[in-house]
Amino acid sequence: MTDRIDTLLVANRGEIARRIFRTAHEMGIRCVAVYAEADAAAPFVADADEAVLLHVGYLDGAAIIEAALATGAQAVHPGYGFLSENAGFATDVEAAGLCWVGPSPEVISTMGDKLAAKQAAVEAGMPTLPSSDDPTRADDVGFPLLVKAAAGGGGKGMRIVESADALADAVAAARREARSGFGDDTVFLERYVAKSRHVEIQILGDNHGNLVHLGERECSIQRRHQKIIEESPSPIVDAAMRTRMGEAALKLASAIGYRSAGTVEFLVDDTSHEFWFLEVNTRLQVEHPVTEMVTGIDLVREQIRVATGEPLGYDQDEISFTGHAIEARLYAEDPSHEFLPAIGTLHAYEPATTPVVRWDTGVGEGSVVGVEFDPMLAKVIASAPTRVEAAQRLALALERFHLGGVVTNRDFLAAVLRSPEFLTGDTTTDFIHRVGPARHRELDSDEMARFTVAASMWVQAHNHAHAVVLPNVRSGFVLGRIPPQRITWEVGDDTITVHYRSRRDGSFVFGVDAENGQAIIHGWSADHIDIEWQGLRRRYRVTRHDRTIYLSDGRGTAELHQVPRFVVPGTDAPTGGLVAPMPGVVLEVRVVPGDVVIAGQTLVVIEAMKMEHHMNAPSDGVVAEVRVAEGDQVDNGELLIVFESDLEEES
Amino acid sequence: MTRVHLAPPLASRVDTGSEAFVKNRSDMLEQLDEIEQLLDEANGGGGPKAMDRLRSRGKMPIRERIFNVLDPDTPFLEISALAAYKSDYALGGGMVVGVGIIAGTECVIMGNDPTVLAGALTPYAGKLWMRALEIARDNRIPYINFVESAGGDLRVQAGDGDSKRRRVEILHFAETGRFFYEMIELSKLHIPTVCITFGSSTAGGAYQPGLSDYNIVVKEKSKIFLAGPPLVKMATGEESDAETLGGAQMHAEVSGTGDYFAEDEMDAIRMCREVVSHLNWRKPGPGPTFTPDEPTHDPEELLGLVSRDLRRPVDVRDVIARVTDGSRFEEFKARYGTTMICGWSTIHGYPVGILGNNGVIYPDSAQKATHFIQLCNQVDIPLVFLQNITGYMVGKDFERDGMIKKGSQMINAVANSTVPHLTVIIGSSYGAGTYGMSGRAFGNRFTFLWPTAKIAVMGPKQIAGVMSQVRRAQAARKGIEFDEEEDAAIVAMVESIQEKGSLALRATGAISDDGIIDPRDTRTVLGMCLSVVRNREIEGAEGYGVFRL
Repeated sequence: MTDRIDTLLVANRGEIARRIFRTAHEMGIRCVAVYAEADAAAPFVADADEAVLLHVGYLDGAAIIEAALATGAQAVHPGYGFLSENAGFATDVEAAGLCWVGPSPEVISTMGDKLAAKQAAVEAGMPTLPSSDDPTRADDVGFPLLVKAAAGGGGKGMRIVESADALADAVAAARREARSGFGDDTVFLERYVAKSRHVEIQILGDNHGNLVHLGERECSIQRRHQKIIEESPSPIVDAAMRTRMGEAALKLASAIGYRSAGTVEFLVDDTSHEFWFLEVNTRLQVEHPVTEMVTGIDLVREQIRVATGEPLGYDQDEISFTGHAIEARLYAEDPSHEFLPAIGTLHAYEPATTPVVRWDTGVGEGSVVGVEFDPMLAKVIASAPTRVEAAQRLALALERFHLGGVVTNRDFLAAVLRSPEFLTGDTTTDFIHRVGPARHRELDSDEMARFTVAASMWVQAHNHAHAVVLPNVRSGFVLGRIPPQRITWEVGDDTITVHYRSRRDGSFVFGVDAENGQAIIHGWSADHIDIEWQGLRRRYRVTRHDRTIYLSDGRGTAELHQVPRFVVPGTDAPTGGLVAPMPGVVLEVRVVPGDVVIAGQTLVVIEAMKMEHHMNAPSDGVVAEVRVAEGDQVDNGELLIVFESDLEEES
Repeated sequence: MTRVHLAPPLASRVDTGSEAFVKNRSDMLEQLDEIEQLLDEANGGGGPKAMDRLRSRGKMPIRERIFNVLDPDTPFLEISALAAYKSDYALGGGMVVGVGIIAGTECVIMGNDPTVLAGALTPYAGKLWMRALEIARDNRIPYINFVESAGGDLRVQAGDGDSKRRRVEILHFAETGRFFYEMIELSKLHIPTVCITFGSSTAGGAYQPGLSDYNIVVKEKSKIFLAGPPLVKMATGEESDAETLGGAQMHAEVSGTGDYFAEDEMDAIRMCREVVSHLNWRKPGPGPTFTPDEPTHDPEELLGLVSRDLRRPVDVRDVIARVTDGSRFEEFKARYGTTMICGWSTIHGYPVGILGNNGVIYPDSAQKATHFIQLCNQVDIPLVFLQNITGYMVGKDFERDGMIKKGSQMINAVANSTVPHLTVIIGSSYGAGTYGMSGRAFGNRFTFLWPTAKIAVMGPKQIAGVMSQVRRAQAARKGIEFDEEEDAAIVAMVESIQEKGSLALRATGAISDDGIIDPRDTRTVLGMCLSVVRNREIEGAEGYGVFRL
């Protein structure tokens, strides 16, 4: 036990490292970061007072402890994920004479084993779902059921099984994922509640036996079994239910001697409001900020205080809940393609100044998003006196966010928050499937025209401002006759050409033979354009990178690719073929050039985010070229296989 | 760093509600509308059928080729867009010439219009071509050739065209071909010449690539030969196809006539831009060094200043106030020789000396102009002439006052001035006044007309009147009775013919200027010209100090 911490090592990366640094710095504590090579340029490394490179990675506990000792840190905060729930690591930290910011290794160990945790919960009188640790004994559980990895979390190694005949395959798949994800292929079966909510209780304890709960968080909105929107309080939890759940959670915590911050997760039946124990997370949760915002308690500060032996200093009666907070997790992923992870460079990344919301972000403009780590970019948290206000505020903050370069779930999050179902609190775990919020913002022809006009005018203004000669003469002035100015844009799958001419009054007319609109530029700079089009004036935040322009109009960000006027012959990319739908590693290549393949046949297997994805032939054909080999790292959109028909079309 | 010319803005008041203004404006708009329609016609080149045929062969019209070579959103100044007006040739004369910006470099671009007589050289195209070469040489800007030309118009040379067409053929073949000499001259003066051969380029046309510094040929499209297959067969009996005889590939790989081998037209245009971008073109002078603020008086009001019949006097300061930066004007000798307005200002940030007419030139106004031109030459400031001049004053008193002598001083000063001259004819331009105010014959860099311009040896009324007096004198000498009625008819006819012949459209059709501009664009056009002239060192005349006259 350390009684004073002046230097803290955070054994984590990204937004959570920065978030912990923030509180530590406010407490006067110097911060040490550890980072993997791929994170050398990450903002969290710059935020720390000192940083130590981890040659192997964030799971190298020995190197982390060595770094702590070398930098004079007295304590290690594990954040979430990585080694945060690794009892062995916690033990090693304490054995090295360092303070572990978290629960005791014994508690981590017990709660980390889902079956042991469940046993402890049963002993503490908690209701639990029927389950079996023998994956063949489905009858003890009943259908539908879930196959879950004992060492799992975050939806990995999890399968829903509707009937007995699908059981064997699901168990096999879950085992495979569990083995690759956690190095342990133990799985168990658990009853699946179709219409359910995910509600969890935040608990906080010290070394003196004091325990409080900080109310609940509802995290029912999930995709691929991962939470994307969390809130506190839950729309279905009233004071009485909160007390019941809180007391149940504290009873378990007390029974196992819990200290520091933790979370007791429950499954709640949406209809009956019955709740069942799921598991205990012995760490700071990703979604902890919503609790902080309604309770006013800084959970990282409490963790650090408790770790040094300080008593909590307050009891349950002193905990109060004010307003409503909602968090959205911004992911680099493509909602339109099964939320597969996306990569790229964040060329545009700038939150709007209003509405004021909390940004826990691990990246910034220019950050490269790769496949090495979890694709969560940021958490955005809004609080307001009412739930609807908080939801709208969060939605607007997301919509006004200038964000481009990487495909994200931003539009999707905003669509969820704006949906009537969400606003009325109808949030069950099947929400996304049931409600089907728009996966991406669809631009109608009018909005498309606005974006292409705004982008064209920005390019025009840029060209004019950077003119080498005649910078003051009217843009594109013509004495005599030559065709109007022309820019071709690719927006999604659409190709749009706009034509315009300047007029003496400084405005621009669009169209070739007939005028089809007038644009007036009210203001322009390298990063914005304020433009009036068809009587409506809008201000766009603008970023250009190479030939791509990102324009944010307060409803999202459009990405327009300017088609170059000239193409150097021989430099155009080959078209067609089989391309990787996401970044990943090639596990298997099943064809060689010359193979005749039929539509649907698996040609390449890619592993991404620890899941296998089968790349199937789009149609019958003959393989002309195989451009990847096993073990290759491939990027989103990278060409894997070329078919002979593509070559013919090219020539 | 920009400086502000300290002169105050002109106080110019134009009554836009007056009957005269309203009438002038509507007349002007009517004339501008006619010009717009003519420009549309010129834009159509050899007509829709020829355009369709061109496109069907995967080719771009000449104006599209030019558009594509220019930097996006930069201005383009077409020269004599209405060449061949009222002639038997397609409006525009089968060639497009203009000044535009390629890779940040001001260039003059000359392009054959293959939809007009397959790009064959009409007399108008020949004159335009010479003008393009002159612009390149005088201003030291790169010369870009977009060639697709059948060569000379054989029908004219052979004389089997219709008689009207032969009438415009005023040069004997022996006198033609100066453009080739001029192209070589440019190269000698280190003014780069770049050529894209887009199509067939025969005989004379073949020398355009042949004599250029840089030569871009287009795969399967360029055909460059002294003689096409038919003439070769006539001359030597040799059978050949065009591709073997002068195709792009042959010239790029065998003859070495082509330096760059382009896949298609756009590729050739891309290469042309790359060539210009390597030319290392540097303008010697400072860029615009003064604040280029817009005039405080609305240029829209320029539409109503000049009457169609030119009878109403115009205060040229009202024009200046709508052209110069911040409407500023520092008037020189404001109380002397008041029919000649002289003074300094800036246009688009470039310093200029402006001379404008407020009536006929008197001996004192001529001397004032002479003095002013010398001052501008002392400090290397370009001159802008705003012509609205009926001529130098005639009459006993003025002859005695040395009108000829003082007028000659002024013409001498104009001719020997070595700073660039830019001339805008806003109204009349008659007689020696045309020369004295730096007309086309006096080596100015650019001449533009307002639609109201009239250019002739003298006013139509004066010509008709003078001729009538001569007839009357002849009749008296011969003792014949003078037929007043007949004379009145002749006077009316002469006046009408002269009036038509003096109109801006006729002048511009003959390529005696660089084109008609909308008065509202005067500032823009002058600004472009002031930038273009700065590709060459501006050096005023040397030799003597300023004579105070």
